[in-house]
Amino acid sequence: MSDPVSALNGAAFSGIATVEEAGLAGMITLRGDLGSKGLGAAVKAATGVDIPTANKVALSDEGGAAWMSPDELLLMVPYTEVEGKLAALTEALAGEHALAVNVSDARAVFRLSGDGARETLAKVCPVDLSAEAFVAGQFRRTRMAQVAAAFWLDEGGVFTIVCFRSVADYVFNLLSNAAHPHSKVGVY
Amino acid sequence: MLILECPYCGVKAEESELHAGGEAHLKRFGPGSSDAEFHDYLFMRKNPRGVHFERWRHINGCGKWFHAARCTTTLEVFGTYSAQTLEPPQAIRDAVSAKRPGWSWRDLK
Amino acid sequence: MSTRLAKQGRLIDRSQPIEFTFNGARMSGYEGDTLASALLANDQMMMGRSFKYHRPRGVVASGAEEPNALVGLGNGDRFEPNQRATTTELFGGLSAQSQNHWPSLDFDVGAINAKLSRFLPAGFYYKMFMYPRSFWKHVYEPIIRKSAGLGKAPDKDLIDADHYEHFYFFADVLVVGGGIAGLQAAKAAALSGAKVLLIEQTANWGGRAPVDGGTIDGTDPEAWIEQTLAELAAMDNVTLRNRCMGAGVYDHGYALGYERLSDHTPGEPGPRHRLWRIRASQIVTATGAIERPLSFAGNDVPGVMLAGAMRDYVVNWGVTPGQRVVVVTNNDDAYRTAITLHKAGVEVVRILDARPAGGGALMEEARQLGIRVEPGRAIAKVTGGKRVTKVAICAQDGEGGAQEDIAADAVAMSGGWSPVVHLWSHCGGKLIWDDAQAHFRPDATRPPLGDNGAGFVIAAGSANGAMDLSGVLADATAAGSAAAVAAGFAAKDATAPVTSENEEAPMLPVWLMPAKADIKLRMKTWLDYQNDVKVSDVQLAAREGYESVEHTKRYTTLGMATDQGKLSNINGLAVLADTLGAKIPQVGTTTFRPPYTPISMGAIGGEARGEIFQPIRKTPMHDWHQANGADWEPVGQWRRAYAFVGSNETVEQAVAREVINTRENLGLLDASTLGKLIVKGADAGRFMDMMYTNMMSNLKIGKCRYGLMCSENGFLIDDGVVARIDEDTWLCHTTTGGAERIHGHMEEWLQTEWWDWNVYVANITEQLAQVAVVGPNARKVLEKLGGMDVSKEALPFMEWRDGQIGGFDCRAYRISFSGELSYEIAVPASQGQAFWTALMEAGKEFGVMPYGTECLHILRAEKGFIMIGDESDGTVIPQDLGLSWAISKKKDDFLGKRAQLRSHMADPDRWQLVGLETVDGSVLPDGAYATGNGVNANGQRNVIGRVTSTYHSPTMNKGIAMGLVHNGRKRMDEVIEFPGTDGTIYKAKIVDQVFYDKEGEKQNV
Repeated sequence: MSDPVSALNGAAFSGIATVEEAGLAGMITLRGDLGSKGLGAAVKAATGVDIPTANKVALSDEGGAAWMSPDELLLMVPYTEVEGKLAALTEALAGEHALAVNVSDARAVFRLSGDGARETLAKVCPVDLSAEAFVAGQFRRTRMAQVAAAFWLDEGGVFTIVCFRSVADYVFNLLSNAAHPHSKVGVY
Repeated sequence: MLILECPYCGVKAEESELHAGGEAHLKRFGPGSSDAEFHDYLFMRKNPRGVHFERWRHINGCGKWFHAARCTTTLEVFGTYSAQTLEPPQAIRDAVSAKRPGWSWRDLK
Repeated sequence: MSTRLAKQGRLIDRSQPIEFTFNGARMSGYEGDTLASALLANDQMMMGRSFKYHRPRGVVASGAEEPNALVGLGNGDRFEPNQRATTTELFGGLSAQSQNHWPSLDFDVGAINAKLSRFLPAGFYYKMFMYPRSFWKHVYEPIIRKSAGLGKAPDKDLIDADHYEHFYFFADVLVVGGGIAGLQAAKAAALSGAKVLLIEQTANWGGRAPVDGGTIDGTDPEAWIEQTLAELAAMDNVTLRNRCMGAGVYDHGYALGYERLSDHTPGEPGPRHRLWRIRASQIVTATGAIERPLSFAGNDVPGVMLAGAMRDYVVNWGVTPGQRVVVVTNNDDAYRTAITLHKAGVEVVRILDARPAGGGALMEEARQLGIRVEPGRAIAKVTGGKRVTKVAICAQDGEGGAQEDIAADAVAMSGGWSPVVHLWSHCGGKLIWDDAQAHFRPDATRPPLGDNGAGFVIAAGSANGAMDLSGVLADATAAGSAAAVAAGFAAKDATAPVTSENEEAPMLPVWLMPAKADIKLRMKTWLDYQNDVKVSDVQLAAREGYESVEHTKRYTTLGMATDQGKLSNINGLAVLADTLGAKIPQVGTTTFRPPYTPISMGAIGGEARGEIFQPIRKTPMHDWHQANGADWEPVGQWRRAYAFVGSNETVEQAVAREVINTRENLGLLDASTLGKLIVKGADAGRFMDMMYTNMMSNLKIGKCRYGLMCSENGFLIDDGVVARIDEDTWLCHTTTGGAERIHGHMEEWLQTEWWDWNVYVANITEQLAQVAVVGPNARKVLEKLGGMDVSKEALPFMEWRDGQIGGFDCRAYRISFSGELSYEIAVPASQGQAFWTALMEAGKEFGVMPYGTECLHILRAEKGFIMIGDESDGTVIPQDLGLSWAISKKKDDFLGKRAQLRSHMADPDRWQLVGLETVDGSVLPDGAYATGNGVNANGQRNVIGRVTSTYHSPTMNKGIAMGLVHNGRKRMDEVIEFPGTDGTIYKAKIVDQVFYDKEGEKQNV
């Protein structure tokens, strides 16, 4: 194998917020019965976290899990460990109706940080990004201008944004444009 | 621009996050059905003034299809509910009755 | 003349002079001026010419309602036409040009139209220019286009230099309008704890109150405004935005705010306009009221202005529009203008009050100042060309026999005030007619309804018909509190401030001045200044049978200009009602549509321009393609290489080279865009059998099968190769454009019909980079890279294997869309470029070349393979394409099965896919229709088929095509005709659609 390459090779932009491509992240789409004990245990084993409730993300040092829909999670694990974790998950879930697939390379991941991060995101997503409405641990799938995207906010005030790899360029340019250094709205 | 609450994830989504899917609670007619049944299933749709039951998908969101009970003239939303049902649940029908006494839709009242 | 006064001008800073130009002439104003006030200060009363008659026109209003003073602003890539001088803040270096005149504002050839006005009555387009027909294109249209119209469009080759953006914002209460009503409503709402957004269209807070006088809480309005603003600014739950207009109110509490950030500081870095996309639980419209003109002859002569506007110019900007002013009114408010002018040292030569008994306390005050007031009197006619020179006065209750001429250079008129009900009405709020005030105001019992069925808009202050200071503030307090309660907050007792002001006598509706004005006067009495619609036009329309106000509007163009009739609508309605003998509320209003005033295209587009105009999807090898001559083709949002063009060849030559090389040596295609869907579960086989027309449940693990998908109504929607991965898992390839669509299609059936089936679907399209390795040397290059056994025995045609090639983890499919020996190799997307590079390196000795989508198309067409979107168009069933072999006869059901049994679908007498070969080897035009005998009901020749794919085949060096032809399969060797759009008749023979390697030997090695 050759060294894996992320969509934008770590591109970055700084304006009212800082936009950085976060590089490759290990990601597994897991579909199944989120109420099942076996699935809960398998997720915990893979990511170190319990299954998050609706519209939440659960994060640990080595990974995490985001609630995608009533029967879908996005599991986050170290990139190099995806195949191993996937195999373990598949084995653990052999007895139940579930689907786990590697989607690490299908995604691009961005970090959005700085004072203007909320405003930057609010220029492209139809979501209430005020501090009262969008709190750490919250996870949202929505529309980012003309493409689908998902994001969460961590305790450090950093948004992590996930989109499809093919539109990484579009999303990076979109966020950089929204973070124009002279475009502070001044409400968040 | 409408807002509908997705019953699966609870997000109050705006129209640009949703995809409209037409009339709800159609019964599928496949092989073995009569020409008339199949024709009606494929082509005949209600387009009422007032109470209507529709399918929507939270496409830029959790991806789930759901149902909405809505007034097509005032755009009032009586409620949203699961796609995995053959007819509106009683709670939704009660909500419609409370706002539009005497409503009817297909053979529902 | 109009001049700057020595005193007054609360909004200007006389220590900050500003230079600007108007039609190239250098002028000066002050910081805080609008372009209109600065032009007046420079005695530039005439600011443009009218749309139809090219009449000289001056400024009439002082705000957003201005119909006349439209200018072209800026230069080059910052030029913008039709900008209102009244809402343009002055800045250093501003350059404005007046519009709709040639060669100059002062001397305009088009003014001849005014002399021809009797030939240009209401509906003249429909009457005058009907016949002869040929005249329309060559005579009428060019003349009308040249002589009518407003500003010039910007140069089409220039790109707007500015930056625009959207901003999504959520509030409990949105208050539109930052006058005293808006401020008070915002305060009342915010006290409850609700999150409040208050927006004001101008740069200044407080609205008209500082100009109109009175006291609030014992102080002058200006002090109260400052105090209230400070209180609001100190509240965490309040957001204040000036220069932000409430542009529109839409369903379920959605509203647009149009923020103009740098129109007054052009070129400043950052966005010029920001479009606020607001979602609010409740919206308070505190949008004020607009004064109505009076309808008298010559009411469009420059120097005739709204009385309130004239007062604004004096008080706000220290400018007087004239030196000898006649005030004409039907209400008390205009007396404030007379008093203001008088106190500013301007001579008010007469106040003509149409009311027989005149006004109240304000009239007394004016009289005490020595101003001559004449009740029951009216203007018969204003005379003047580019400026008012003379006012003929008469009795209001007469026909206009003038009794006295007064020399004057300006007229201040007031026909009463109309609430700005636009935002209330945008989303369905209803109006009621207020007889006493002679205006429409919001009917609070019929507001726009939100998603919960309750009203979500509350009008406040003068926008709600409250016209006096105490009424405005009491109404606004109630509105703000009510909005907070409706948004779910507990009411806090907000109290309305105590006010004092002069009491006003009742106004008297005056729709025509004088009341019985004769036709000569009515033909000079303007209703709609911007579109040049006169009282006589509306009366003519009514006489011609136009009764509906919506029809009259379109026939006369009343209210259809860029100002959307802000000044003219009520006056026009009244004239129509009067002529029809109906009451105004019976005639009703036209529809109020957003935006309130025109907003920039840039703001609407927001960020979507330049490289982010739309998403462009890129494969992992995109950059390599770009660097290696890719001529791009959009396929959905993907960009795919159409061909890789070398420096010494044309695109066509490149395509031909790619085809020959792939057939003879080795070609590589980036196939990453093909959709890849995983279908897994205990019921997956059953589900696959429903999705595909073929049987998929019996596909053996390790094998591939070409499959077709139909919609429930039987039509072909997608195709692709399906691979069985394990006992309960299938991988479905879709077309490039089909991945999301087919994924959605599968989810829809699983979620809404077969929700009890145990099946999960995942879209892994972008997880993988996929390369088609095609040509006689395909196996050699893979063997050279080493790893997996790709021999005929180990990896037979239509099978797949997991393994490694050249050290890359991969899945290899032995499938072919070209007729050649072919593999499609999928690797993780993050390895895609490295794998492609490895293939290019290893392939050198085998003559490797990348190829693009056009080569792909030709290769498949030579083999007679169909392409979704070429051979299918949403009306084609697989049977039409000779694909019956891919339709299972064994299955009880699949999507499309029942539909394909319908009589028309099962009819053998359909258009069928065949090959087409021109008799002379030329290439058939794409999409051409074949004509048959006879004509259809419209007298057009019957068509018997059409071309679906057509190419020059480099392999066979001739044109090849496929097409759907009526009963085509029974018509082999028949020659049919395809008329081209250039008049050429192309003759083509119907042949078998497989042109190359009919036995399929090349792929099977």
